[in-house]
Amino acid sequence: MSDHEPAHHPPQPVATQRIGVVAESTPGETRVAATPTTVRQILKLGYEVVVESGAGDASGFTDQAYTEAGASVGDAWSADVVLKVNAPTDAEIGRLTRGATLVALLSPALRPELLEALSAAGVTALSLDAVPRISRAQSMDVLSSMANIAGYRAVIEAAHVFGRFFTGQVTAAGKVPPAKVLVAGAGVAGLAAIGAASSLGAVVRATDPRPEVADQVKSLGGEYLPVNVVQEASTDGYAKATTEDYDRAAAALYHEQAQDVDIIVTTALIPGRPAPRLITAEDVAVMKPGSVIVDMAAANGGNVEGTVAGRAVVTDNNVTIIGYTDLASRLPAQASQLFSTNVVNLLKLLTPEKDGRLTLDFEDVVQRSVTVVRDGETTWPPPPVTVSAAPAAPAAATEKAAPEPKQPWLTPVRRIGLIALGMLAVFLLVGFAPAQLAQNFTVFALAVVIGYYVIGKVHHALHTPLMSVTNAISGIVVIGALLQIGHESWIVTVLATVAILLTSVNVFGGFAVTRRMLSMFSKD
Amino acid sequence: MTSLTAQHSADLVAAVLFILSLAGLSQHRTSRAGVVYGIAGMALALVATIVAAGQSISGGAIALILVAMAVGGAAGLWRARRVEMTQMPELIAVLHSFVGLAAVLVGWNSYLEVERHGHAQTRIASDLVGIHHAEVFIGIFIGAVTFTGSIVAFLKLSARIKSRPLTLPGKNALNLGALAVFVALTVWFCISPSLGLMIAVTVLALALGWHLVASIGGGDMPVVVSMLNSYSGWAAAAAGFLLDNDLLIVTGALVGSSGAYLSYIMCKAMNRSFLSVIAGGFGIEAPSASSEEQGEHREVRAAEAAEILAQAESVIITPGYGMAVAQAQHPVAELTRRLRERGVEVRFGVHPVAGRLPGHMNVLLAEAKVPYDIVLEMDEINDDFASTSVVLVIGANDTVNPAAAEDPGSPIAGMPVLKVWEAEQVIVFKRSMASGYAGVQNPLFFRENSAMLFGDAKQSVEDILRALPEDERGGAGRTAQRAGAAGAAG
Repeated sequence: MSDHEPAHHPPQPVATQRIGVVAESTPGETRVAATPTTVRQILKLGYEVVVESGAGDASGFTDQAYTEAGASVGDAWSADVVLKVNAPTDAEIGRLTRGATLVALLSPALRPELLEALSAAGVTALSLDAVPRISRAQSMDVLSSMANIAGYRAVIEAAHVFGRFFTGQVTAAGKVPPAKVLVAGAGVAGLAAIGAASSLGAVVRATDPRPEVADQVKSLGGEYLPVNVVQEASTDGYAKATTEDYDRAAAALYHEQAQDVDIIVTTALIPGRPAPRLITAEDVAVMKPGSVIVDMAAANGGNVEGTVAGRAVVTDNNVTIIGYTDLASRLPAQASQLFSTNVVNLLKLLTPEKDGRLTLDFEDVVQRSVTVVRDGETTWPPPPVTVSAAPAAPAAATEKAAPEPKQPWLTPVRRIGLIALGMLAVFLLVGFAPAQLAQNFTVFALAVVIGYYVIGKVHHALHTPLMSVTNAISGIVVIGALLQIGHESWIVTVLATVAILLTSVNVFGGFAVTRRMLSMFSKD
Repeated sequence: MTSLTAQHSADLVAAVLFILSLAGLSQHRTSRAGVVYGIAGMALALVATIVAAGQSISGGAIALILVAMAVGGAAGLWRARRVEMTQMPELIAVLHSFVGLAAVLVGWNSYLEVERHGHAQTRIASDLVGIHHAEVFIGIFIGAVTFTGSIVAFLKLSARIKSRPLTLPGKNALNLGALAVFVALTVWFCISPSLGLMIAVTVLALALGWHLVASIGGGDMPVVVSMLNSYSGWAAAAAGFLLDNDLLIVTGALVGSSGAYLSYIMCKAMNRSFLSVIAGGFGIEAPSASSEEQGEHREVRAAEAAEILAQAESVIITPGYGMAVAQAQHPVAELTRRLRERGVEVRFGVHPVAGRLPGHMNVLLAEAKVPYDIVLEMDEINDDFASTSVVLVIGANDTVNPAAAEDPGSPIAGMPVLKVWEAEQVIVFKRSMASGYAGVQNPLFFRENSAMLFGDAKQSVEDILRALPEDERGGAGRTAQRAGAAGAAG
């Protein structure tokens, strides 16, 4: 049977695999890739777990807590599967066993040299930030869970520096106005920030180029500020003009808001590009002294002019610009819990038999996408995933203009054209018709218009009664038969009699059934 | 005032009454008055016409008219009294066919009356004979299309024939070809009228009507029925042109344009193109069975469903054709009443094309005495699903399919649907896991917050009613209140 083993399987064919949880070496990193709670879940999948001594200390999980959960403490780097938060250093890569699997945040798009080093080490590497954005993979989406925490923490950092209450109060010592918070970008991080700030009692406003997020903003207690762009129906350069218009309008909005709000949280990121500049030095200069800006895009260059990545700086007019890049790590227990749960969900996917053996199925888009190196071979980038109705990229409120509105076929010009054409047809028809027909047409045209307008506001519940009444009324065709009966040969009379009989069924039946239906409609 | 002017003014008054009738029918408040206007208008028109006709025809003919009307009227009243509300679509389709057939008969009569006299006849001025020929043809054509179309609709609705769309090769070409042949025949008939051409055009139109509706599937019936309603109006208007009768023209045009507008509303609700409906070619969308792995569905039993409902704060019920088939409206109404007594907010969300007739669900719920102010239409209720505890999907499928909103590749993509999946919990009443009318798999059934309750909808709701725990507290409170009120009265 071992002949049929796929080549990438680790050497031991029957034994369950060991999972190692290693300590983080990045300065300031407080998270850990597995907590005692998730260790229990990993054990249930059939694995053994080894934890490096002190791995959970910064998150508040002692070695003892891990051993109580069923893990052993020891050399985690030699395990078959190594769980880690940040990418490993070169020295750490050297500690991995050949054929082992590494699970961590690897930023494969930004760090090709890391992928090369991992390939050279002959390992398999799964990058948690390469999870595709499809609904099935949401439970493994580390970026979303971290963005959520970071958004919350951004507000807490701002509150810490801000010298006032967030909520408005009327006290014996005077009235306190509520703080005003502006959140730029309503992705996952932005929404978390909106929720945190509004539950602290602040007045929260939010901007985002995607108008469809307005409801989400509202649901968290924020007010959505649309960027009002005048839509001009020019034929060429339409989209580009809109982009420029949009940028100008957005800049004006930010400038205006900067004078009014106390706290600004910016979350705008564009994948694979420097963060867009939303707040200029002029905007910062007009802010009130004591105001706070939290720039969550500081690591990617910042949305705010004057941001220093990893630090808080104070400007000349006493505005604090916070550029911390470790916001999620500043909530270590929470971040570790959510991170490790995402990791467990990934392990569940990779261990379908719950037999403690990691398998990679490249037919599955999720598994294909997260695998950036397989058995020493770089497999990044994955083939594009066809995402239907993708959720908006979290924390990535792009600065692109809203998509060009779909042009309805019936433009005003075409509508007028059609109406003119129709009117001309009527004009010619009546103009050339004999007098009697012209009169009939007049009556006909006016009745058509009346019928259209009379029905315009019909209540949806009355569609059926309306239909049965119009049905009864269209039994008026009986008049035609009435006018024909008895004038001519017996055959005309017979046919007319049949017509009268049929339409009488219509007239009487239609009205009666309508009355019956209407009598059933009752109000509470 | 001569008898002629009297008849004209009676016609005018009747026309105005008909307009008032339709206008009245658009609101609950005025709807009953609307029917009275309609009846008054019709009575006036009939009496005026019979009196006017009575001056020129024999007593025997008058008697014949009265007998025919009495027989027809009695039959109509009898059907109207006996019909089940779930069978309203069939009844209305049959009534449409009567109008169509009557229009055909009137057209034939007019031909027999005028043509057999040739140029010697006096009823039609000689320069108008050509136009009269064309009018005969148009009247017969519309009437015959309405007639067979309605017959097919009736047969499909009453499940006497399969409701699957008929797809003949080149169906659009067939329809267009029939129209072209009709135009050619009309021109020919205007030049040299003959009985053979009359028969030809009648057969052609009958076949076209049959094909038009046969190629539309049962799921699109709300649009078809209101389209036929519109056609029957145009048929009456055509008869009006033929007989130079303004009342017929006015009434026919009213019915025709209002029916067309109603069809347009339906089409918008289904995201279909109005033109392709009129052309009868819109049932063709090949249902592409989605091969995508959908996952597993979860089942609940009636007792568990009752438990969930007992704990809910707000419930929205979204009924569909399945509720009508199972005749479940009465138990559903009873469930609504019981839940409301417990203080649960219960509302209904009705999709514009739920059922087989526009407004079908509303009529059924009204029959079961559900107050109409808790029966809301899609646009009124769609934003409220997110804040709802439980949604009961009873016999609806395509109208609650999230694929329409989320999967651009779905055959029903873009059709507005009830967003039931946004609620905390969804319970789907269904016979089996078969796909809905459109043949599209419904991802709703596999959502984590959905549960399936399999079985006959009526039986399931009755089981829930039995399992629903009695609300001691609420019941006692009400009894006490009632006692208090009685005490005060005493």
